[in-house]
Amino acid sequence: MNCRSEVLEVSVEGRQVDEAMLALLHTILLHRSTGKFHYKKEGTYSIGTVGTQDIDCDYIDFSFVRVSSDELDRVIRKAVGEFKDAMGNGTDGMGQISLEFYQKKKSRWPFSDECIPWEVWSIKVNVVNLANEQERQICREKVGEKLGEKVINIVEVINQHEYLPKMPTQSEVDNVFDTSLKDVQPYLYKITFQITDTLGTSVSTTMRRLIKDTLAL
Amino acid sequence: MMDSDLSPQDKKDLDKFIKFFALKTVQVIVQARLGEKVCTRSLSSPTGSDWFNLAIKDIPEVTHEAKKALSGQLPGIGRSMCVEISLKTSEGDSMELETWCLEMNEKCDKDIKVSYTVYNRLSLLLKSLLAITRVTPAYKLSRKQGHDYVILYRIYFGEVQLTGLGEGFQTVRVGVVGTPIGTITLSCAYRTNLAFMSTRQFERTAPIMGIIIDHFVERPFGNMGHMRPCNYRAPGEDEGAYNGVEDSQEVCTTSFSTSPPSQCVFTVSKAHLKTPKPAVMDTLKVPMMGLAFSHQLYCSRLSYQPPVLVGAADFCHPSTLNAANPHQMGIPGKEGGVPQQVPVQPCHGAQAEHGRVSSCPPADHVPATPSSSGEGAETLSRSIEVKGVSPCDVLETTFTRKVGAFVNKPGTQVTTASLDLPFAAFAPRAYDLEENDPMVQPPESPATSSPLQGSLHSQGSGESGGPAQDDFVMVDFKPAFSKDDLLPMDLGTFYREFQNPPQLASLTIDVSSQSMAEDLDSLPEKLAVYEKNIDEFDAFVDTLQ
Repeated sequence: MNCRSEVLEVSVEGRQVDEAMLALLHTILLHRSTGKFHYKKEGTYSIGTVGTQDIDCDYIDFSFVRVSSDELDRVIRKAVGEFKDAMGNGTDGMGQISLEFYQKKKSRWPFSDECIPWEVWSIKVNVVNLANEQERQICREKVGEKLGEKVINIVEVINQHEYLPKMPTQSEVDNVFDTSLKDVQPYLYKITFQITDTLGTSVSTTMRRLIKDTLAL
Repeated sequence: MMDSDLSPQDKKDLDKFIKFFALKTVQVIVQARLGEKVCTRSLSSPTGSDWFNLAIKDIPEVTHEAKKALSGQLPGIGRSMCVEISLKTSEGDSMELETWCLEMNEKCDKDIKVSYTVYNRLSLLLKSLLAITRVTPAYKLSRKQGHDYVILYRIYFGEVQLTGLGEGFQTVRVGVVGTPIGTITLSCAYRTNLAFMSTRQFERTAPIMGIIIDHFVERPFGNMGHMRPCNYRAPGEDEGAYNGVEDSQEVCTTSFSTSPPSQCVFTVSKAHLKTPKPAVMDTLKVPMMGLAFSHQLYCSRLSYQPPVLVGAADFCHPSTLNAANPHQMGIPGKEGGVPQQVPVQPCHGAQAEHGRVSSCPPADHVPATPSSSGEGAETLSRSIEVKGVSPCDVLETTFTRKVGAFVNKPGTQVTTASLDLPFAAFAPRAYDLEENDPMVQPPESPATSSPLQGSLHSQGSGESGGPAQDDFVMVDFKPAFSKDDLLPMDLGTFYREFQNPPQLASLTIDVSSQSMAEDLDSLPEKLAVYEKNIDEFDAFVDTLQ
């Protein structure tokens, strides 16, 4: 199976990194989350309801919609915060944050479960430093427009209705969905990032952030 | 040969999905243009009434308008459902901003599972719609509406019309979902040229009337292009022509089967009728902040009333007119407001505007000071020369202007024809001599019976007062926490001397004693003065913004 890979690129000012990443990651997760499954007898299940909420950005002229789940928001914010810290403060730089949706495939003992990605979104971020308030104001608007274009790109890709994992049985649901949240159920995902310093050499500080501890044997 | 016809159950389900998808689409679009942030909760257990597993509120009026536009039909090939979003300024100019189109083309996907894949893809499409509605230019405009403009929506069914979007409009496709009977597509065409159109297209009319409103007014609930009479039939009765699919009372209880997909079990049950039949008058009480229409300007500016559009028929594209006039919505983001019950007006268009005016809410507000706005003066003069373009005689509209807190004036019943100015005493009168100006020469303080009153420079202290104006007699006054020996004027003395100040001159003027004719006569002079001081007013208004 081929994993679909999409790349989005944005240029932002330092203080806009958090919100820009949140906007794009949440937009993707909005489309890749369902309500909680409730399995019943006879192999049927019902699906909970996903609520949404509008979020206004403070440093960007932009608003986006995310799933109404504080838990999920916390997880994403934490990941974005780590990414931002790794990018450094106030310096120009480039980095890439990846949101990867995967399925777990149980392997026989003694092999550990495989994680098979089926969709990867890579957001390349270019951080710039601006000299004065006027430039920042222009940047606010421009980044807002850019993010709008990215949202349209995301929606275009998602609407191509390419591969989605089959709906799992009750015993398999944890191989497809992240069932740890109380209110919504995103597909299994992980967020990773890597930083490139201004010189362009890749600093191999690739940090893996596992949402589910699947690699421990 | 594979039988590619839909089973009757599938056909029924598909029709239902399309219908509710259309209704939810309209809800999402309209709610995204109300000017407020939308927030709904996720529920881990399904309630059975959330279509497509998404928490999208149903604003009853919007549902009603959508159903009216659909008139029992479904979006189909050649029959598109469109939601048109436009902007209307306080001067009455309008501009179409975007048109959302739900269409169907002939490309069928016969193999797709209706009750499973189509349903989930429609859900995904709604999520995409939620995302895209925040991205088009009209979103930002709608978040800032209220002051100078409002955002309107109009639903129509039939052929898509994009001519009102100006040249160079852009299109964004939200998504497509293939079904066995055709492919549903959802897209948005939006205007890019936001330079304001002059009113060559619509006849510019003066505001119907000016109403002095300020900060404290509560927004009337006025999302309506039409008002409905009390005996309005509930929407469910409108769909006699349409067989099979019931109206919004129906809830969607969906169960899905996991393996294999061919064993999908889909039940739609009417069992849990939690939503009562929506009656329009009831729905107007729904506290949907976003639907409250704010037609006021702040502080001292005179408010406009959306003028009767003489070209109203043109504006509404009579060729496809099914629903009718634009429905107004929006609320300034920062201010709260409680929608008020709208009075019943069984008429359209201008009369609806009229109806909205007469719903001026019984809220407390302090009348604005006219002296602080040059613009207000102009609007005021325009409102005096009202052109009777409305079929209704709008000059007959009455409203009760309630007096705000801390104002010692009685409430006055006024007609819009007699715009007596509040704080009339403060309005500079050209013919007033300074000697007569109460602000320059304060009237004599009313005589008091206490020998300690009257003089503002009294140094006396410690004397007990005679019978004060109050009922109680102050025998000896020892104010708490004050000492007698520090200053000549101590707290007690101060209190005694200033205990009964004279009434403010402005509050003793009896406005009701002025006749309407006098008011009208004095207006031109007042206007002349305002126009003279127009720069001052403008500067003041700028400081407020």
